[in-house]
Amino acid sequence: MNVEWYIVLSALLFTTGAIGVLVRRSPMVILLCLELMLNAGNLALVAFSRMVGNQQGQVFAIVVMVIAACEVVVGLGLIVALFRRKLPLNVDDLRELRG
Amino acid sequence: MTATSWAWLVLLLPLLGAIGIGLGFKLLPAKIAGILGTATIGLAFLCGIGALLCLLGEGAEARHHASSLWDYASVAGLNIKLGIYVDPLSVFMVLVVTGVSTLIHLYSYGYMQSDQGYHRFFSYLNFFVFSMLLLVLAGNFVLLIVGWAFVGFASYALISFWYRRTTATRAGMKAFVINVVGDIGLVLAAFLIFREIGSFDYGPVFEQAPQVFHTNQWSVTAICLLLLVGAFAKSAQLPFHTWLPDAMEGPTPVSSLIHAATMVTAGVYLIARTHTLFVLAPTAADIAAFIGLATLLVAGTIALVMTDLKRAIAYSTMSQIGYMIMGVSIGAYSAGMFHLMTHAFFKALLFMAAGSIIAAMANNQNIDDMKGFGKAMRFTSITMLCGGLALAAFPGTSGFFSKDEILAYATARGGMYTIFTVLGYFGALLTAIYTFRLIFRVLPGKPCAEAQELIDNGHVAHEEPRNPATGEVEDTDVGFPGAEHHIAEQTPAMKVAMGVLAFLALFAGLIQVPGVDETVTHFLDPVFADSPLAAIVPSVGASWLGLAIGAAISLAGIGIAYWLYVLRPEAPAALIRRLRPVHTFLFNKWYFDELIDVLVVRPALAIGRFANRVFERFVVDGLVTGTAETVRGSGGVVRAVQNGFVRSYALLLIAGFAGLALYFLLSSS
Repeated sequence: MNVEWYIVLSALLFTTGAIGVLVRRSPMVILLCLELMLNAGNLALVAFSRMVGNQQGQVFAIVVMVIAACEVVVGLGLIVALFRRKLPLNVDDLRELRG
Repeated sequence: MTATSWAWLVLLLPLLGAIGIGLGFKLLPAKIAGILGTATIGLAFLCGIGALLCLLGEGAEARHHASSLWDYASVAGLNIKLGIYVDPLSVFMVLVVTGVSTLIHLYSYGYMQSDQGYHRFFSYLNFFVFSMLLLVLAGNFVLLIVGWAFVGFASYALISFWYRRTTATRAGMKAFVINVVGDIGLVLAAFLIFREIGSFDYGPVFEQAPQVFHTNQWSVTAICLLLLVGAFAKSAQLPFHTWLPDAMEGPTPVSSLIHAATMVTAGVYLIARTHTLFVLAPTAADIAAFIGLATLLVAGTIALVMTDLKRAIAYSTMSQIGYMIMGVSIGAYSAGMFHLMTHAFFKALLFMAAGSIIAAMANNQNIDDMKGFGKAMRFTSITMLCGGLALAAFPGTSGFFSKDEILAYATARGGMYTIFTVLGYFGALLTAIYTFRLIFRVLPGKPCAEAQELIDNGHVAHEEPRNPATGEVEDTDVGFPGAEHHIAEQTPAMKVAMGVLAFLALFAGLIQVPGVDETVTHFLDPVFADSPLAAIVPSVGASWLGLAIGAAISLAGIGIAYWLYVLRPEAPAALIRRLRPVHTFLFNKWYFDELIDVLVVRPALAIGRFANRVFERFVVDGLVTGTAETVRGSGGVVRAVQNGFVRSYALLLIAGFAGLALYFLLSSS
């Protein structure tokens, strides 16, 4: 099988994730879309690793998974904290960083 | 003990008094503070006598000692020691300063009794005496400047002593500013001396000056003129004199001590101390002499018309200092110093008597309101008469011998200097007239209301306290003289001080009678021996001829005053009507205040206003606000990006990465 297919799929996944981050307002969905983008990256890494025939790409994919897990922990923690404080679960309403 | 150890003690005692009273004002009862202040100065006087005896025990040539405790400043080849210089001149000044100060402290002990700032007063007064002694004992120009600035500060603090009075604080500021102008002159002179000779110490400077400079070289003339700026500002000579009459806002003992007897004579001391330089710069010395002459005439004429008792005496002080400056500048050194001493006695006495009368008048100083105090205050009037006789150079009194000695020297020097004799005698006539104008207007006649009350009830009229200068009701919180007023008749301490001074004013002249004893001249001779001018000595016959002329003029002046103010009391008013323009001119003090206002104050204010309107507003403000506006504007642009929408940040991030990726893709192919 040709490597292009994997790359195209990876690009489609990444774009889907990015558009999701940009257009959705729920922090939960944004977090899911972020995961999608990370996993698109993973797919590309593994595909290239097979194409070149060495294991380094796969090692990187595992590292990215660990980072994704950390990110989920922090992100879900934030969402739970928001929920507990009865803050709106809408990123557009959380504008305290406005300059 | 050596002379220098005594001199150190002289310096130490008033300093201890000032610090002790200043720090212990909560612990010490007022009485103890007054006694402590007086005692330290009295002890300093005794130590001064100790130094005098030490000097007299040595040969005339060996009578100068320098001593130093530690290094005052030591950097880059410049080594200034905290050193004193003891010679007949400084010991003479120490004795005059501490002697008169002791008596004035004694007088203040009574006079200031009900003042709320009694401790503060004595602390300041002791500090002043310390500074004055530092000034006269200093062994180099740096310490001289330190003492010079200290007395300026003490004078400021004491003029503004009653700080609730706006007139007093303003007078203090005026005195301070004019004195600082003088300080600048003195400091620049010291710099020049150091540049030319390479030392600040009196010994090397005066030894090397004749080798370094030739006569009338520009640098030595510049040094002398700068010294004169300092001397004139301190001694209230033209054109720096306007602060002295205003300084009369201070308590009367202050006028007596600082603005008559001691501080204002510092300029005379300075010229006498640096006479070596003035001999090398005869032009500067002549300028000094002519300014002294001008001051003595200008001040004498103003004193003729002043209606404020203390201000009239202040103008007389200026005029007498004019004599001294003239004396030490033309070479009559010991005569000038002798006049300094006798003047300290009789002028301090006159101020004390004036203070007593002003106290009886509840702080009113206007002689138009005074009359007939001769009956009401017998002791005060007798002592005032003694002081007046000495000031008017009545034959036999101290002022008689001292003033005529200066004029006799001017005659002996001859040539152009005869002018000083002639105009000096004219000044003496003015002196006699204005002195006895005051006495004849205040003492004899039908008693005024206050004097009558004193005769009838034996106490002083106390009204609601008002500022004598402006008439506004006084703020009677702290910094106010207090409602009680003390007069010599009822206060023994004041009586003793005035009695001693009256005795000295009458008889102190007898230590210096031409051809008989001449104690002061013999004592001061070693100091001035290096000056060629000291060789000119008026013959005994010429001196006595001068004394005879002086006696005639003094009697004539007193006679004119008697005729004008006692025999024909309506004559002065007629004279004023006849000579209206002259009177207005004199009454406005020759318009010196206005002249200085136009020449100095207004240009300075105009420059300030110009700087404020143009430079400050446009250049400085423009620069500052311009910078601020630029930063704010660019900040506003950047701030719009920080809108707080997380999704827009994400969009920017993604767009940025996409842009970068596109760039690298395109550039790599």
